[in-house]
Amino acid sequence: MSSHDTHSHTSPLQHHFADMEQQRESAKLGMWLFLLTEVLLFGGLFCAYAIYRAWHPEMFSNAHTLLNVWLGATNTVVLITSSVTMALSIRSLQLNQKKQAIWYIYTTIALAGVFLVIKYFEYSHKIHLGQLPGKFYTYQGLEGTNPHVFFSVYFMMTGLHGFHVLCGIGAMIWLLRRIKANEFNSEYYTPVEMTGLYWHLVDLIWIFLFPLFYLIG
Amino acid sequence: MSEHNKPHVLPLSTYLTVGGLLLALTVVTVLVAQFHFGEWNLIVAMAVAAVKATLVLLFFMHLKYDNKMYTYAFLISIAFLAVFITFTMIDTMTRDEFGRGSIDKQVQYQSAPAHGEHGTAENKSAEGDTSKPALHTADTTKAESHK
Repeated sequence: MSSHDTHSHTSPLQHHFADMEQQRESAKLGMWLFLLTEVLLFGGLFCAYAIYRAWHPEMFSNAHTLLNVWLGATNTVVLITSSVTMALSIRSLQLNQKKQAIWYIYTTIALAGVFLVIKYFEYSHKIHLGQLPGKFYTYQGLEGTNPHVFFSVYFMMTGLHGFHVLCGIGAMIWLLRRIKANEFNSEYYTPVEMTGLYWHLVDLIWIFLFPLFYLIG
Repeated sequence: MSEHNKPHVLPLSTYLTVGGLLLALTVVTVLVAQFHFGEWNLIVAMAVAAVKATLVLLFFMHLKYDNKMYTYAFLISIAFLAVFITFTMIDTMTRDEFGRGSIDKQVQYQSAPAHGEHGTAENKSAEGDTSKPALHTADTTKAESHK
């Protein structure tokens, strides 16, 4: 039992909830409902992917060779590790280990940064070569069908995903401030948990993006 | 007063084991993709991705230990996504030449508006941008690879 309980500032229990458990469960349900909307958001794009791949199978087969599998795989490893560190940060707060929690969030942010840096190199290489979406595609070095549709889908999906990573970094910086200000402890760490859920979803989406773009047979 | 029903804390080993499994499955995904199994490549890749997703959902996102309500909520999103993609693919894959087959077939379809398929011609123009690049592409293909 922690000696300094939830009354260090005001109690985090809001007056319209009966108790902390109800408040926590409500927050969690709200967050999961938001994650549902994210699943359908990316789901719509996955559907577009499915359609375009069905219409132009040989285009997708050819064009994916222009993507670097090792960079994609590295990004997958980076995101999975960042999910582990995010989960461990929450666990640290459950155990009132504030310093560890902060360290784990710094690590998660660093890994997210690595992900974005790798994507930056991938994107700038493609922009340099003219492998761009739709009518902006100018690269001549690929045999077969002009893969502009593939790159449209690629940039749209990985771009939107990358934007989600960026927002996740912002949320984590916000969390760092609050943790350092002693706002969380083993009794109350809901915002950290909710950010964790968001971050795991971002990882989940990449788990599907990676094989669909980089590993086409 | 502190709550006595704190959510239970998972041991460190659980997180590390699941993380290790996810990394191992990533290696599997990349390795399998090096071989050519035709259609099976996609199926195996998606199956492995689904296993990884399940691990993340159950352990990192705590669905295994939480109220089942959250699991059902998440499964509902997957159910609707499945309906969305399934019906869309059934639609497009069962259109005559346009839904399946290569770009070349689409070109043939475009250049010779078929008799009795009046509906689809309008659909194509209604699709706007998506049909225009296909046409542009098809022209280059026809010019380059004439078998």
